[in-house]
Amino acid sequence: MNSKLKQLIIGIAAATVVVYAGTSQAVDITGAGATFPYPVYAKWADAYKTKTGIGMNYQSIGSGGGIKQILAKTVDFGATDAPMTPEEQEKNGLTQFPTVIGGVVPVINLEGVDAGQLKLSGEVLADIFLGKITKWNDSRIVADNKGVKLSDQDITVVHRADGSGTTFIFTTYLSQVSPEWKSSVGADKAVSWKTGTGGKGNEGVASYVQRIKGSIGYVEYAYALQNKMNGVQLKNREGHFVKPDEDSFKAAAANANWDKSKGFFEILTNEPGKGSWPITGATFILVYKTQDKAATGQEVLKFFDWAFSNGSKMASELDYVPLPENVQKMIRASWKEQVKDASGKTIWK
Amino acid sequence: MFSLEARLKRQAVFDLLFRSLTRAAAFGVLALLAAIILSLVLGSMPAINTFGLGFLFSSEWDPVNDKFGALIPIIGTLVTSGIALFIAIPVSFGIAVFLTELSPRLLRRPLGIAIELLAGIPSIIYGMWGLFVFAPMFADNIEPWINRHIGSMPYIGPFFSGPPMGIGMLAAGIILAIMVIPFIASVMRDVFDVVPAMLKESAYAVGATTWEVMWNVVLPYTKVGVAGGIMLGLGRALGETMAVTFVIGNAHEISKSLLMPGNSISSALANEFNEAVGELYTSSLIELGLILFFITFVVLSIARFMLYKLGQREGKVT
Repeated sequence: MNSKLKQLIIGIAAATVVVYAGTSQAVDITGAGATFPYPVYAKWADAYKTKTGIGMNYQSIGSGGGIKQILAKTVDFGATDAPMTPEEQEKNGLTQFPTVIGGVVPVINLEGVDAGQLKLSGEVLADIFLGKITKWNDSRIVADNKGVKLSDQDITVVHRADGSGTTFIFTTYLSQVSPEWKSSVGADKAVSWKTGTGGKGNEGVASYVQRIKGSIGYVEYAYALQNKMNGVQLKNREGHFVKPDEDSFKAAAANANWDKSKGFFEILTNEPGKGSWPITGATFILVYKTQDKAATGQEVLKFFDWAFSNGSKMASELDYVPLPENVQKMIRASWKEQVKDASGKTIWK
Repeated sequence: MFSLEARLKRQAVFDLLFRSLTRAAAFGVLALLAAIILSLVLGSMPAINTFGLGFLFSSEWDPVNDKFGALIPIIGTLVTSGIALFIAIPVSFGIAVFLTELSPRLLRRPLGIAIELLAGIPSIIYGMWGLFVFAPMFADNIEPWINRHIGSMPYIGPFFSGPPMGIGMLAAGIILAIMVIPFIASVMRDVFDVVPAMLKESAYAVGATTWEVMWNVVLPYTKVGVAGGIMLGLGRALGETMAVTFVIGNAHEISKSLLMPGNSISSALANEFNEAVGELYTSSLIELGLILFFITFVVLSIARFMLYKLGQREGKVT
């Protein structure tokens, strides 16, 4: 073997050993789940590591995957966009808390329509996704959009091909506003779509919508912003058309009725309030109530405590809405009540 | 004397050890295959018990109400692979004929290598190229043409009409065709090379054209091998995942039009497995995997058998 190559290989091997030794000293925490909060978790983890030396390794494999992993106990916490019901939490010995709030935005690709110009009501949105409204100049779309140029172009619906918390939030909203949607499709992370084509992940939907003329899809707010997509205005519960932005998400979150006794099981869609964005949702963390490894469990809680106290600005920069102060307080109180070590002592002080 | 005996003994032991090691390796693969089939069958038991044979014929795919059927992905898999073969077979035949009969000697090797290199491109690259380059071009230039000219024809029209989206069954079939061409073409070239020069030269000597030689002498002589090569290509097309997932549209819908989105078994698995919640959902996906395994197993067995038959005939003048 070439001696230089040999040196290089030895060098790489040595470096690997050093890296491994370096990481194994601190108690690193691991989590897996929802893709939606991944950017902010990654940013928090990076800042936290710089500050404390403790790493947080998060795999964004999807909400369903996150739940599977925490049930298999291969991670220290699971993350999901669709909240686990209080009964299921009870059954699996888990407790749940929200971290950040975001919104789902219907996005369109329609020539001649400016960004944020198109207005839709929930019923019309549901009928488009049911395949009942198939042309952009349908009288029900035109009725809300006087002065917008709409042609008889076909509507192509784009939805998620994979199971997703985003789909859960979106279909929950459609079920709330359309009885037909509720009875024929329903709300879940994956549903039986009546029409359209499926993209994998938010980025898949975003790229299909950008590519197909006359299409409408739904993505997380951050993806809509980053890809400079044309988001629509939606009519909220009180009949006002609102734009998707931090203010309208905050307005919806302010009206939420958080309850720690139910493990913060709260869906933020179709909230009352003049300025509320109707398709708002929080993302959640799942941890075991009884922590076999109390030290690791404590690190998980410490991480999120730090993130609540110091991470709001980072979350806002990435287009998420941080939780209100009072909700953060409730979460810390719930840790004290709920999360115990093997001997039943509370691990959050 | 003593030392020689000892050495012989040691060598015998070593031989035995070596033999059992190689045997273990070979049977290990068989055991692995059996284990995979077993785990697929066990994993799909809940779905098999719930839906029975109806799973194969139901087009429903409703995770909310836990009702699943495999018809749409099965059709999608077969149709896209069919389109791929429909395009790939003539093109591969052309490539193989050119390389063995018509190409100047100087070009033969570089062209052959280039085609083999095509086979080495990772499928994700084909998928990305398909979505970002091919699909927009297909939607803007080719699909409107198809709609205008073929979409209005009687009988076959309905298969070729629909909004020009650039993604769908036809697009997936075309991408698959590009992916399987190198496989089929290189097998065809190899079997065409097997044809004894005497046969071809005799035909040329009695005044046959190149086309007549190919069609009446070379192809009949190699037909089994050619079919084997096509089956290998089909095997690859059936199981292809990433490239298809990118362009097929991933919709659990049956549509007459090839321009509309559909779904294939492998892309349904790639998309949904990670997020499938509930026993029946997961189990239905595993059963889809079992069905795909069965289809590819049958196809590859046929291919192997045909190539084996060709091997038997090799060198014999018919």
